[in-house]
Amino acid sequence: MSSRATALGRILVHRAAQGLGVAVLVSVLCFLVVRNLPGDAAFRIAAGRYGYDLVDQETAADVRAELGLDQPAWRQLLAWLGDLAQLDLGRSLVTSRPVVEEVGYFLLGTLQLTAAALVVATLLGGTIGVLAARRPGGTLDRLATAWVAAVRAAPPFLLGLLLVVVLSAQLGLLPAVGHGDAASLVLPALTLGIGLSGLVARVTRDAVVEVRAADFVRFAQTKGMADRWVLLRHVVRNAAVVLVPYLGIQAVILVEGVVVVESLFAWQGLGHALVHAVFWRDVPVLQASALVLALLIVTVNTVVDLLVLWLDPRPRRLEARA
Amino acid sequence: MRSSTRTRLLLPLLASVVLGASACSAGADRAGSAEPLRIVGPFEVHSLDPALDGEVFTRLQVSETLVTSDLEGELTAGLATTWSSSRGDRAWTFTLPRDATFHDGTPVTPGAVVAALEKAAQEAASPLAAAPIRQIRTAGASVVVELSRPYLTLPAVLTHYSTAILAPASYGADGHVTEVIGTGPYRVTSAELPASIQTTRFDNWRGEAPAVEDVTFQAVGRPESRALMAVSDQADVVFGLEPAGRERVSASDDVQMASSLQPRTILLKVNAGHPVLRDVRVRRALSMALDREAMAEAVLREEELAATRLLPPSLAGWQSDGTEELTHDVEQAESLLEEAGWTEGADGIRVRDGEPLRLTLLTYPDRAELPALATAIQAALREVGVELSVTVSNSSEIPSGQADGSLELALIAKHFALVSDPLIDVADVFAPEGSDWGVMSWSDPAVDRAVEGLLAGATGAEATRHRETIVDTAQEELPLIPVSWYRMNAAVSDRVEGFRMDPLETSWRLTDLTWSS
Repeated sequence: MSSRATALGRILVHRAAQGLGVAVLVSVLCFLVVRNLPGDAAFRIAAGRYGYDLVDQETAADVRAELGLDQPAWRQLLAWLGDLAQLDLGRSLVTSRPVVEEVGYFLLGTLQLTAAALVVATLLGGTIGVLAARRPGGTLDRLATAWVAAVRAAPPFLLGLLLVVVLSAQLGLLPAVGHGDAASLVLPALTLGIGLSGLVARVTRDAVVEVRAADFVRFAQTKGMADRWVLLRHVVRNAAVVLVPYLGIQAVILVEGVVVVESLFAWQGLGHALVHAVFWRDVPVLQASALVLALLIVTVNTVVDLLVLWLDPRPRRLEARA
Repeated sequence: MRSSTRTRLLLPLLASVVLGASACSAGADRAGSAEPLRIVGPFEVHSLDPALDGEVFTRLQVSETLVTSDLEGELTAGLATTWSSSRGDRAWTFTLPRDATFHDGTPVTPGAVVAALEKAAQEAASPLAAAPIRQIRTAGASVVVELSRPYLTLPAVLTHYSTAILAPASYGADGHVTEVIGTGPYRVTSAELPASIQTTRFDNWRGEAPAVEDVTFQAVGRPESRALMAVSDQADVVFGLEPAGRERVSASDDVQMASSLQPRTILLKVNAGHPVLRDVRVRRALSMALDREAMAEAVLREEELAATRLLPPSLAGWQSDGTEELTHDVEQAESLLEEAGWTEGADGIRVRDGEPLRLTLLTYPDRAELPALATAIQAALREVGVELSVTVSNSSEIPSGQADGSLELALIAKHFALVSDPLIDVADVFAPEGSDWGVMSWSDPAVDRAVEGLLAGATGAEATRHRETIVDTAQEELPLIPVSWYRMNAAVSDRVEGFRMDPLETSWRLTDLTWSS
């Protein structure tokens, strides 16, 4: 077996075990948190189902009986874990729709938004970072530093509102809110992406400056390789070893941080689902949403590991020599 | 050199990609009838079940109830063409149209209607569940609802969205609604819950074909976003605007405001069994301490919404000439508290037998104005020496607090016409055993007799007398202290003609709409 295959197998086994542990831990924690929230869960679930005008003791009693909320907590938790082992996430307590359907829909929304935001951040931040690295301390570098400071300081809510006012209200180029079409995705993706682009620019700039000063780059230039090939084959690839793990961390932060932007732009995502599930005590949806988010983080980390393994041969060689 | 030029081109290229994605630009001219009518509202649709989120589908005129109501709140034909009672009002017969079909092309049979009504009657949240139903059966081309006792308000109950009639194919094997297959002038083409619904004209509808062919509904939670959509040509009808949004829309040339007073009152629900609040003088003092006009002006931006009586003027049959309107009188409030034994304490909080006059008020954020009004009430009561602690929590804490007796005061927005006859809600609100969204630990024999008389079918002068007894006693005793009334509003684009606001919100009357020429 090659050293690359061994390393690959090790990563996958390690992350699979991590995913399993996270699934059980997150499920139990969510269950305990919801159980210990103040107020009567039956009333809250009934309010989520029927609207507050129609919630009374009778509807709450019906909900309590239907969902077995008066059963011991351990029995409810074991039932959920048993269903989870069979990959059955059950139905939402509020909407009665299958949780897989509900969470799947919201997950898709969050993934769309996160992916689009990462593309914006990588293109914008990466470009600014590479340009700034061409002459450290120069005008472009100073402008890039100012950009980083500005977009890092602006909270997503304010940035989003500014974009809405300019691009939607004033220029009429994009819909202010909405979900489902490409045009509706642009403003929330720009809001998240621009906010993230500052740090991407900073990390890219530093990584490129460091790689440009490396001996192998100077050697490639000395032997007459064209600038663009030096940039692509040596600088970008080596800078990517630093940038990819960083983007992985940012992706995780993005997934967790979409709540504000989803709310601002009426974008249907997991953040939206989580807030509603907590508010209505919809335990299956809450557990499934948190579970999906946790597994998403494990997945992103796995992808980052695999990409770094592909980009950077040094650990494999060290392992082979050992 | 060339590589750096390409790199520099990346930024404008990115900008053009981003802006190019907005091909369906918001502000582009719309070709009227070729485009769908775009409706935006705050209501998310989390379920297809009529008992849960059915109101959106009845408002969109996708599903129909047997009976509906007109703009004046009078009962009118829905899916049923006529209805009548027999056997001393113990049986109601609803005649179905012969040419009605569901959106899947299947005929509307009495059997399908019976099945839909039986499902609704089993839902605790449906008003139909409270009806004394013995049996629902077919009788030729009609449906008969047999009752164990006279129940005159049954037709009004059947205006409620939870009783909408769906085709048998709407239900999955487990009984859950998988698709809304109704009988209305519009059918669902796609539903992306909870955010949006698309409908189109149903060509086989038994009535006159509506002028507007396609309709989209989008749920948008933030009121400022809804206002922005209204003024920037991203929606044709926008419901649920906040005061600031209303002002913005009013300043726009291309959008008009439509509004109607809702049969909803924002009120203080009082635990009349509480050691302090059981004294009617204290309840009257709390009422007199409230400067309703100032609160309505500051929070709702409309002084006229100050609620000087429990039931709003839109419920014309429930007004009484003998009712003295509630007023703001700080001096009188203070003297009433003195009379009740509450004297001024050192820190400005009144005391009696060494106990300070401290109360807790519970409210909920579902309606943005409630926490703001709660704060204003807190300040007003502080002026007369009552310390009020405000808790903003989930709305379900109110019925929960009623159940365990812990509730002292709650600020709620109570709808008095969830079905088209307010009597159903009034009877519930003044139930002698208490009501989750009505009185708590308070009852009055005269009110009980009046409600019973109305439920038994009193008419004419007798009915008027009963209604006056109820509203006059409520005004005297104040088991519920009115704060403000409620105006529902919508921003309507100039492209649309014929929009009329239904105060009961049974339907958005899309069939009345036409595109401006």
